[in-house]
Amino acid sequence: MTKQEIREAVLDILSDIAPDEDLSELKDDVSFREQMELDSMDFLDIVMELRRRYKVNIPEEEYTALGSMSSTVEYLAPKMAEL
Amino acid sequence: MYDTIIIGAGMSGLSAGCRLAHYDKKVCILEKHSFIGGLNSFYKQHGREHDVGLHAVTNYAGKGEKRGPLNRLLRQLRLTWEELALVPQLGSKIVFPDCTLGFTNDFKFFEEQVSKNFPKEVDGLRKLVSMLVDYNQMGECQTDVSAREVVCSCIKNPQLVEMLFCPLMYYGSARQQDMDFNQFSIMFRSIFLEGFARPWEGVRVLLRTLLERFRKSGGELRLKTGVKRLLMDSAKNVCGVVLDDDTEIEAKAVLSSAGQRETLRLCQESLGDKSVMDACKPGELGFVETISVLDRQPKTFGHGDTIVFFNDSENFDYKKPQDYCDLRSGVICSPNNFAYSEPLKEGVIRITTLANYDLWSALRKEEYNAQKKEWYVKITEAVSRFIPDFRPYVIDSDMFTPKTVYRFTGHENGAIYGAPNKNYSGTMPFKNLFVCGTDQGMVGIVGAIISGITIVNKYLLANSN
Repeated sequence: MTKQEIREAVLDILSDIAPDEDLSELKDDVSFREQMELDSMDFLDIVMELRRRYKVNIPEEEYTALGSMSSTVEYLAPKMAEL
Repeated sequence: MYDTIIIGAGMSGLSAGCRLAHYDKKVCILEKHSFIGGLNSFYKQHGREHDVGLHAVTNYAGKGEKRGPLNRLLRQLRLTWEELALVPQLGSKIVFPDCTLGFTNDFKFFEEQVSKNFPKEVDGLRKLVSMLVDYNQMGECQTDVSAREVVCSCIKNPQLVEMLFCPLMYYGSARQQDMDFNQFSIMFRSIFLEGFARPWEGVRVLLRTLLERFRKSGGELRLKTGVKRLLMDSAKNVCGVVLDDDTEIEAKAVLSSAGQRETLRLCQESLGDKSVMDACKPGELGFVETISVLDRQPKTFGHGDTIVFFNDSENFDYKKPQDYCDLRSGVICSPNNFAYSEPLKEGVIRITTLANYDLWSALRKEEYNAQKKEWYVKITEAVSRFIPDFRPYVIDSDMFTPKTVYRFTGHENGAIYGAPNKNYSGTMPFKNLFVCGTDQGMVGIVGAIISGITIVNKYLLANSN
């Protein structure tokens, strides 16, 4: 997947987790926590959805990489390149 | 072989099931009764649908607000705000001798009420609010701090202290006379800081939404399927259940919403000594509820309050009564008085008071029915001191007692709020066995749903990462 496709994939997961959220205005370099008030339970959900949908495993110590859209895409790019 | 078997299709069991099924776990919910809901259910009588349990959903948050348990559960269950169809309350009251405090879903209003009636206590109230244990830090253990001690350190007027406790105890305390400060914080936030709401159609909307979500995700529900005991392997690890008809079903884990003691009883053969069971005290607090259907809407005869918590005595006694019911205090709810866009079809008044399980359960059928009739009269008479007399307009009525609660929920002593000591961790003395629901320490409908979600996330989904 290209970075653009990965971004779409993450957006899709976010819209699944927070269906009421307007994601069209999402800023890629501002944290999800700040913009969407996601809590630790929600971050775990992003991790589990990535695993469920794309078989991507993210070790717990690397969850911090999922802070914002841009850091998430950077982090996932090598892991999802082959998909 | 199931990944998880869930015992009980109430709010916590269903929401736990939704999470597991969503993440492709093979999950089956076993429900003893022929309908779902457990403590929060509904039934039909004389062609009318009545709610049981739910007066109101607490923890109200408006659309677009992102914080709080309600929004957390929406995200976790992939539901939209609209799916719960919550409509906020009109306004509720706490009525004590010579003093009435109103409250709405806007805490400022309650602060004003306190400052009008207890001008010296407003700072104390604010101090108390600042001390509440935050939802986000909420967690693994009870604080083992007496809520009374904390509240009395902030608020000096004894009547105001009782007035704060009254709604919180009635809507969720499994303990008599005092609460753990953690429980107090949860209840205070859910009622005073967030507030009440209800779907126009009542509790069935929530149950239907959860059930649809569960089924859509591939979950399996079996009704009329009681569990006799848990299956254990040679190392005494839970590995499934044995049904009432002796069928065995294997599972990697069992999540029980039956209650702490009730779940231990399912493992009795493997428990060995009785000390574990003895250490887990049953709840003592039973309740009756009367339901009166009226030929008109309550507001037409001057009753516009959503919920009225009343107490007629100097002290507020939240404990097991000596008599069948304690008429000194209680809760009056009118499901009509929410901000619906169209009124409910009929007027309804529901009244809850404390009740004595032992007395009610000892009665034989005829005596039981006679006592029910007698106490219906006494209760409706007692509350006419607090709201306009609705008795002339009653066209149908029903009543349930702690005996009814026991029959439909299996909770010992008909204790709606379960055991006085909560099991916040949700773990049990056996491997692969977990509890969720009332006895895990979350109360109310939103609490029950969060409980199911939390325990699943912690123990049944976490290891798949």
